[in-house]
Amino acid sequence: MILKRWAREWYLHLMLLPAIIIVLIYSYGPMVGLVIAFEKYVPAKGMIHSKWIGLDNFKYVISLPDTYRVLYNTVYISFMKMVAGLIAPIIVALLLNEIRAMVFKRLYQTFIYLPHFLSWIILGGIMLDILSPSSGLANQLLQSLGFEPIFFLGDNRWFPYVLVGSDVWKEFGFSTIVYLAALTGINPSLYEAAEIDGANRWQQTRHVTLPGMVPIMILLATLSLGQILNAGFDQVFNLYNAQVYESGDIIDTLVYRLGLQQAQYGVATAVGLFKSVVSFVFISLSYIFAYRFANYRIF
Amino acid sequence: MDYRMSWSRKCFLAANYTFLTVISLLCLIPFIHIFAVSLSSAAAASAGSVKLWPIDFTIASYENVLSKREFLTSFGVSLKRVLLGTAVNMLLTVLVAYPLSKEVSHFRLRTVYVWFFVLTMLFSGGLIPLYMTVKMTGLMDSIWALVIPAAVPVYNIVLLLNFFRGLPKELEESATIDGANPFIIMWKIFVPLSVPALATLTLFSMVMHWNSWFDGLIFMNQPEHYPLQSFLQTVVIQRDMRFLTPEDVELLKLVSDRTSSAAQIFVATMPILLVYPFLQKYFVHGIVLGSVKE
Repeated sequence: MILKRWAREWYLHLMLLPAIIIVLIYSYGPMVGLVIAFEKYVPAKGMIHSKWIGLDNFKYVISLPDTYRVLYNTVYISFMKMVAGLIAPIIVALLLNEIRAMVFKRLYQTFIYLPHFLSWIILGGIMLDILSPSSGLANQLLQSLGFEPIFFLGDNRWFPYVLVGSDVWKEFGFSTIVYLAALTGINPSLYEAAEIDGANRWQQTRHVTLPGMVPIMILLATLSLGQILNAGFDQVFNLYNAQVYESGDIIDTLVYRLGLQQAQYGVATAVGLFKSVVSFVFISLSYIFAYRFANYRIF
Repeated sequence: MDYRMSWSRKCFLAANYTFLTVISLLCLIPFIHIFAVSLSSAAAASAGSVKLWPIDFTIASYENVLSKREFLTSFGVSLKRVLLGTAVNMLLTVLVAYPLSKEVSHFRLRTVYVWFFVLTMLFSGGLIPLYMTVKMTGLMDSIWALVIPAAVPVYNIVLLLNFFRGLPKELEESATIDGANPFIIMWKIFVPLSVPALATLTLFSMVMHWNSWFDGLIFMNQPEHYPLQSFLQTVVIQRDMRFLTPEDVELLKLVSDRTSSAAQIFVATMPILLVYPFLQKYFVHGIVLGSVKE
């Protein structure tokens, strides 16, 4: 009996083997590689023989005046994205839900889902063209309305909001899917009862639909908490330039420039380690809260 | 729900249709504009007179882009990575999801393995150590650098695992009694029953690989190994002039930087547009897939 069980489980272990090897090397390997955050890392000497300098890399990072700016930008941008990215799809989902003609509903959905599937390379390229200060479509429109042209991607007053706006533009449509699914899950008899009680459409939305969506809203808000230090590397990297570092430089772009452009591997890894640890705490907390309050389990 | 439309209801519906039409157009117009620019003459594009319709219609920019060796090479690299990467992703997704979908009573180390994979969703070594690891394992400048580090998509595995758990347990039990081993059960029973779910995950994976650009940028030293999105990052976003040959400089009089960028953007968007009907159908499916819970 025991032997038979062993034989069966042996297959299961074997199936997992290739994936385990890859994950060990390319996910757990880099975790070991984090030790270079505590070293004066020199590639020629390697991880083991580079000089151990304790917390010096961290002290150096803290002494940089840019660090606080970057941390502030990261949290500020991702928090705004979080809030806007939560509210916009709810509104659109509620409005889509009022459309009874299926043809139009499908058509709207087809258009608003599209940007989600394209990379920030494509969207960044399009934005560079449209937001160009001299001949871009956006500024031509502003000028025809009598406004001064705005250098959206080169002006620190505008850049963070361009990031938030374009992120919402890319994702709001696709994010409505979850809410639309939640809307179909609301018991129709609740609407019938409300109607008999004389509730109009708005009162039905206010007292039946919205309360029915609260659980999914809380769940998504909680889960997005784990992303607080992810301000969107793909997007920022493809839209920013030295002029807007002040308002748009985030942890991930700083790590890239420090590490891969300036070859300060130890320092860059120290910044990365800080981000990984804080993110770990936030992601874990968000899963724990999601489990407690919404009974959400990932597996 | 049959009721007469009140006046205020009509007003609301009119406003609602207007609003949704406007935001749909907001999502669409940038693409139409880029398409129009790509089909306009260099002079019209540089002057900024192109709006939503081509001016001085020409396909010169497409002729230019499609005759550029670097562009075609990187397009090929992208196709290769999509095929290779998706195949590897799907193989490993099934191979991991099946054992992990077993109950602990059938597979005692299940929980340990689940945590082994899920931990990588919670914590990562970050950019620099990953770069070092890829370098140390000798993958730099090879197509495998774009395939292997991302070979185990844990999120997709969790989705498939939940789907597998929703399948009737009796199927497996009867097959076991008939003497089938777990490989056979997985391949002959679980895979055929999960075709829609697998199609969804395949599309997830294909889109992910087609859209990836950063790995190409950092793991490839030679530009001719860049996948398309990495190539466009350097040409369209960074405006890297290294790729311009003397003939190109001559051509720029005919094909401006702007029309050329627009054409390249549009060509890179085409594959997504081609599979878009499937994407729409299956991605919605994929969102629901994640919610299969006991």
